[in-house]
Amino acid sequence: MSLHSLLDTLFPAGHAVAVEGKLIAGTAQAGDGPVAVLGTTDAAAIGHDIALGLAGRLLDLIEQHPGRPIVFLVDTSGQALSRAEELLCLNGSLAHLARCVDLARRQGHRSVALVTGQAVSGGFLSFGLMADQTFALADAQVRVMDLKAMARVTKIPHERLVELAGSSPTFAPGAENYQRMGAIAAIWPQASAALLDAALAGVDHGDTRLLAGRERGGRMLGAAVVDAVLAAG
Amino acid sequence: MEKLEFQFKAASATPAAGTALCGVVGSGNLEILIRPGEPADTCQVHIRTSARGFGRIWEAVIAEFAARHPVGGTRIDINDMGATPAVVSLRLSQALGDYTGGAQ
Amino acid sequence: MNARQPFTLRRSWFEATARARLQALLDPASFREFLPPETSEPSPHLAVLDIPGAFDDGVIIGAGRLDGREVLVIAQEGQFMGGAVGEIHGAKIVGLLKRAQRDKPAAVLFLADSGGVRLHEANAGLIAISEIMRAVLDTRAAGVPVLALVGGSCGAFGGMGIVTRLCSAVIMSEEGRLALSGPEVIETVAGVEEFDSKDRALVWRVTGGKHRYLTGDCAALAEDEAADFSRVAAQLLAGWQEDVPSLAALRAEQARLSTRRTRFAGLRDGLDVWAALGVAEPGQVPLMDRDSLVDLKKGLPQ
Repeated sequence: MSLHSLLDTLFPAGHAVAVEGKLIAGTAQAGDGPVAVLGTTDAAAIGHDIALGLAGRLLDLIEQHPGRPIVFLVDTSGQALSRAEELLCLNGSLAHLARCVDLARRQGHRSVALVTGQAVSGGFLSFGLMADQTFALADAQVRVMDLKAMARVTKIPHERLVELAGSSPTFAPGAENYQRMGAIAAIWPQASAALLDAALAGVDHGDTRLLAGRERGGRMLGAAVVDAVLAAG
Repeated sequence: MEKLEFQFKAASATPAAGTALCGVVGSGNLEILIRPGEPADTCQVHIRTSARGFGRIWEAVIAEFAARHPVGGTRIDINDMGATPAVVSLRLSQALGDYTGGAQ
Repeated sequence: MNARQPFTLRRSWFEATARARLQALLDPASFREFLPPETSEPSPHLAVLDIPGAFDDGVIIGAGRLDGREVLVIAQEGQFMGGAVGEIHGAKIVGLLKRAQRDKPAAVLFLADSGGVRLHEANAGLIAISEIMRAVLDTRAAGVPVLALVGGSCGAFGGMGIVTRLCSAVIMSEEGRLALSGPEVIETVAGVEEFDSKDRALVWRVTGGKHRYLTGDCAALAEDEAADFSRVAAQLLAGWQEDVPSLAALRAEQARLSTRRTRFAGLRDGLDVWAALGVAEPGQVPLMDRDSLVDLKKGLPQ
């Protein structure tokens, strides 16, 4: 689905969203009023430019449209891989972007992220996973690393990883695994204005992913560990 | 990974600390946790090791250690990432030293 | 100045285990561990992959005192699976940060030593890092500063590089490294001419403590020893006022990052950045001791 038809589907009442390179930014009409639309397209690799571009627009939004909900569209192949980016502390710019999303939350902006294409590692961490809730389209690809590369790095046979991936959501790519583990709230069969409006209406500012992961049977250890730390003498 | 379990008769240890931990599960290294165990004349050893097929060597290294030190009334847990017998013996001595406060 | 006496035993932070770092960092006998090894089991996620695992899953959490102040601490063990974050490891950190929000210690000291996500538990690790990111910001918003201490053999990379820069302040040793993608990853994907990961000096000029200090990404430099990390952390905390998250503060950071992006565009080596910062002899920076570098930075324009 092209970005334009995706926007038409999500926002039938209208949208004014510009694409600069691989950065998406603009405003759209959702069922409950105007929302800010921010994100990336075409499997963007997140470097300083995109991180600071998104961060600056978030700060403008907080200042100029207090409380306006945010829809993040996520299509990122991860972080930009270059020496020049690292030289200027790329992790710092991604952290800055994450802080801007966090500030928006604290200032009362609801936020929903929708993975429309890829969602990989650092790119995903910096804004998609910082939203109040994250959703994914059915054909989205969510991962840290594909199983072949993982087999090379961990020196565990590929066949063994494939076999284990059938029974465990812990390491293998796939939006369903992230849903079972609590990080993706739901997978949408297709883009839908009704689903988006429902998502915006239902967001919760707290981080409930550990509990969701336990309820869904995908992450059985973490929540109990947190409780044990809080109870430790 | 292989899991091994051994028991050795030994003179009783006198703990100074409730438990002692020594070492890190890094390449060629291991961690050893010693805590009180039953009965008082027995040392129980539980090993998880990344290297398969070295059970007899483990048994010999720890039997020698148990023969030379009072380690009765302890349970020893080991997580191993391919340590050599020399490193195993060294860490066992360090862990027991911490457990008994040096009075071994 | 600071010439190291020959034959004096130094305890290298870089080489020490996480437990040894904590013992030497905190006031004597003040450390109390939460979920200690004797009450814990190695991660079943590793057992299923035939890996023994460690009782503490590669991170030690607890309470102690730093120069008399009550602090909570997190120490990652770089020697165990590269200090990488898995489900239990991550949840211990999240739990510690939640405890800090409840108990309001003087600070959380986060001894980072990690390559980021543990690939053996890739999804659990990525999600846990996201939860740590939010928990660090919640802790700071609760008024508790979180100090990152970076000087271990694995540095702070991947998601842990992001977490580190979310902390109130970063203390690094010269030996510490802080970045997003590791040089090996960039070399594998983009080629050796993009980043030669075997060129140690280059790696330090791009990711090392001195470079991060000169560019303002780390607040203070420590010598490679626990006593100095302890001294610098205590110094930073004295009179520290944790700011409420604010638009003004993030506007200022946005301006700093944007200006620098323009100013240093196209540069690919710390030497070039230092020259652009006004360092007269950038080639001398790798040879300078800590105090001389601190003086040098004070003398730079702005």
